[in-house]
Amino acid sequence: MTTDPRDLVKKKPGLALWLPLALFGAFFVLVIWGLVRPADREVASAFIGKPLPEFNLPPATEARPGLATATFRAGKPRLLNVFASWCVPCAVESPQLAALAAQGIEIDGVAIRDRKEDLDRFLATNGNPFKRIGKDDLSQVQLAIGSSGVPETFVVDGKGVIRYQHIGDIRPEDVPLILGKLAEAAQ
Amino acid sequence: MIAEIGLAVLWMAAALAVLQLVAGVLALKPRGANLIDVVRPVAVMQGVLVLIAFACLVSLFLTTDLSVKLVAENSHSAKPFIFKLAGTWGNHEGSMLLWVTIMAVAGGIVALIEKRLREDTLIATLAGQAFVSLGFYAFLLLSSNPFERLPEPAPEGAGLNPLLQDVGLAFHPPTLYVGYVGLSIAFSFAIGALVTRDVGPAFARAMRPWVLGAWIFLTLGITAGSYWAYYTLGWGGWWFWDPVENASLMPWLAATALLHSASVLASRNALRAWTVMLGVIAFSMSMVGTFLVRSGILTSVHAFAVDPERGSFILALLAIYIGGALTLFGVRASTVTEGSRFSFVSREAALVFNNVMLCGILGIVLVGTLYPLLTEAMGVKVSVGPPYFNPVSAIFAIPMLLVLAVGPLLRWRQDRLNRITMPVAIAAVLAAAVLLGVEVLAPQIKVLPLLGLAVAVGVAYASFLPLRGRNLHRTPLPIWGMVIAHFGIAVALFGMASESAFSTERLAAMNPGDSQQVGPYTLTLKNIAPVAGPNWTALEATVAASYAGGEPAILHPQARTFSNPPGNRTESALKTRWNGQLYAVLGEEGEDGRWQMRFWWKPFVPLIWLGGLLVALGGLLALLGRVASDIRRLVATDKIAYRRQRQGR
Repeated sequence: MTTDPRDLVKKKPGLALWLPLALFGAFFVLVIWGLVRPADREVASAFIGKPLPEFNLPPATEARPGLATATFRAGKPRLLNVFASWCVPCAVESPQLAALAAQGIEIDGVAIRDRKEDLDRFLATNGNPFKRIGKDDLSQVQLAIGSSGVPETFVVDGKGVIRYQHIGDIRPEDVPLILGKLAEAAQ
Repeated sequence: MIAEIGLAVLWMAAALAVLQLVAGVLALKPRGANLIDVVRPVAVMQGVLVLIAFACLVSLFLTTDLSVKLVAENSHSAKPFIFKLAGTWGNHEGSMLLWVTIMAVAGGIVALIEKRLREDTLIATLAGQAFVSLGFYAFLLLSSNPFERLPEPAPEGAGLNPLLQDVGLAFHPPTLYVGYVGLSIAFSFAIGALVTRDVGPAFARAMRPWVLGAWIFLTLGITAGSYWAYYTLGWGGWWFWDPVENASLMPWLAATALLHSASVLASRNALRAWTVMLGVIAFSMSMVGTFLVRSGILTSVHAFAVDPERGSFILALLAIYIGGALTLFGVRASTVTEGSRFSFVSREAALVFNNVMLCGILGIVLVGTLYPLLTEAMGVKVSVGPPYFNPVSAIFAIPMLLVLAVGPLLRWRQDRLNRITMPVAIAAVLAAAVLLGVEVLAPQIKVLPLLGLAVAVGVAYASFLPLRGRNLHRTPLPIWGMVIAHFGIAVALFGMASESAFSTERLAAMNPGDSQQVGPYTLTLKNIAPVAGPNWTALEATVAASYAGGEPAILHPQARTFSNPPGNRTESALKTRWNGQLYAVLGEEGEDGRWQMRFWWKPFVPLIWLGGLLVALGGLLALLGRVASDIRRLVATDKIAYRRQRQGR
């Protein structure tokens, strides 16, 4: 006796034939939603939960010392801001950084492919909220911490572990989020 | 001038595609029968014209014509020749033109040589192919014109992403494209067969070489892509379940299923509706993959290809073609008459099982890839990685591999299991011996690598069983192809399991003169010196690697810095032996002036890619066998026709 295994799979062939289309419809709805959803800037970075890589950057300006990983292991959460004088959104976010610094948050900077004169002018114009500024002319530290552009801001806890990555400039409405992440990191 | 010729020719080709579609549709009606002779020549002409347009773009890149926007944005006069050539398709516009070119040329070849299929089915197929091409012509001509000129020629080009300046990668995308587009031919055949209700062995035989060809290229593309990621990303891994990797794996899984079910349809006239559906699904997966990569809807290491607007365009095409084809399938498949029946113990049943398992893996890869998007719709962010993909795909893969060992030994239609008990038992004993042996020698091994090693050895043995009792000189090429491809799967699996189980890693800060031990290797850092290439400079380490105390080999891992555009890339250094590979990466200089060095010893890891190549070789043998027998038959029928003609006179 021969039986067709398909007989067992397809009790109602009429409806089963529409199943692929139904699945495709579901896929379609999902990706349409994915395309039109509001741009979400809170990227779940692969580097969250990872320790900062070892680095030791020379100072980018005489006004501030250079930056090394050891700074981030001092026990208190800090912000690591990746910026450059040639970057317009970096200037736009400077009031927010200043506001954070005024609340006692310690912020360190990594200046990407920058020149000393340009950087000094940038800091003179936009204020200097940084405790330390490291010089990263080859974007090596930037790439190593998973930052693909400027500005980006990392919340690093007191043990040197990345807790949050903010891509793009910090808008005034983002400040509470950053403070919240810092508070989480302090626990 | 060349750019203008290219654009003009591209428009003409698009116009011919319209003609091909309209004439094809009208020719299927009783009153349009006189149009039937138009479709084939138009399809051939369309292929020729697009080929000319593509040649124009290649020549613009080779001469670095900086008045053309695409060249200025993606090339650079200082680039080596090979990357100028690869620059043609290393960008969105050029890659879409390559896509259309392959599609039209393939359509032209079908029109030129396909003689087995019923004429109306072929016409419907060519009309379907024109319909699919038209979407991509619209995409090119309306929103991504590759021949656009700049108002003023640029002084110098912007260069190519440093990650892409690699010989392996220069040929990785076109290889995958040939695969994707080959599946578009299978798709068009499926549409043609549905339209004329002609789903039978002739359809499967006409489609099969295209599926085989596409599948060979996909296999090569995935293998090459995996090796590229392995040696350039410098992470020592060979598969990351990244959305883009999944995007190339899904069409491969669907094409593998299609290949097997088309064989059943061609030889046994069974699995009709299922084969047609897989024909649609395989190309759908190519388009879904392209969409996922291009739209940036999922974050991935391939972010250089992202553009949401283009994503929307591809999505619209996806809706028209795939939605349309699946609707046609829903309407027509119920009228596809049932094929031949078969027993539970038969080669057909084994192939059905293989198909279901492949589709199962396809399903879980698709779900895993889309899952982050799905949960985000519910407000949770997750990323899905190896802890999901590895075990869940193994649930389907291991039973499939067991059936792979047995299926080819079964007879068509109906068989008895006790006929093949003896050879299968030997394979099972071999696998069990490996299982026990490894468990005793390496008791800390995890379950999946252990099962992988055992199954790999069993399948490797079983893959040669279909040859037993055959005269090896008379064994048809497709049988050899199957044997080698199945053996290749076992070889690759062995490499994967071994890499996962036995790799050792060493991360060390070293001064010149320091030594480190990894696996059987002793590594001594000799020195670190700067070197320069055509468009990069690098720090290069000289490492002496001595295997088990023997004569040392010299390795040169580099950290490269590219000038145009600026960027960094690690260039790992590999030392391949028959029993594994040493992998060395130069990291950064530490605070104390010591250098970060990273070494891996990966036993049998090259088998992963060797297996992939064997699978592709198996496909190639099968394809050659099929094409050779098709040609022999064509010649024979031509002779008969010629004799009849003469006798008639």
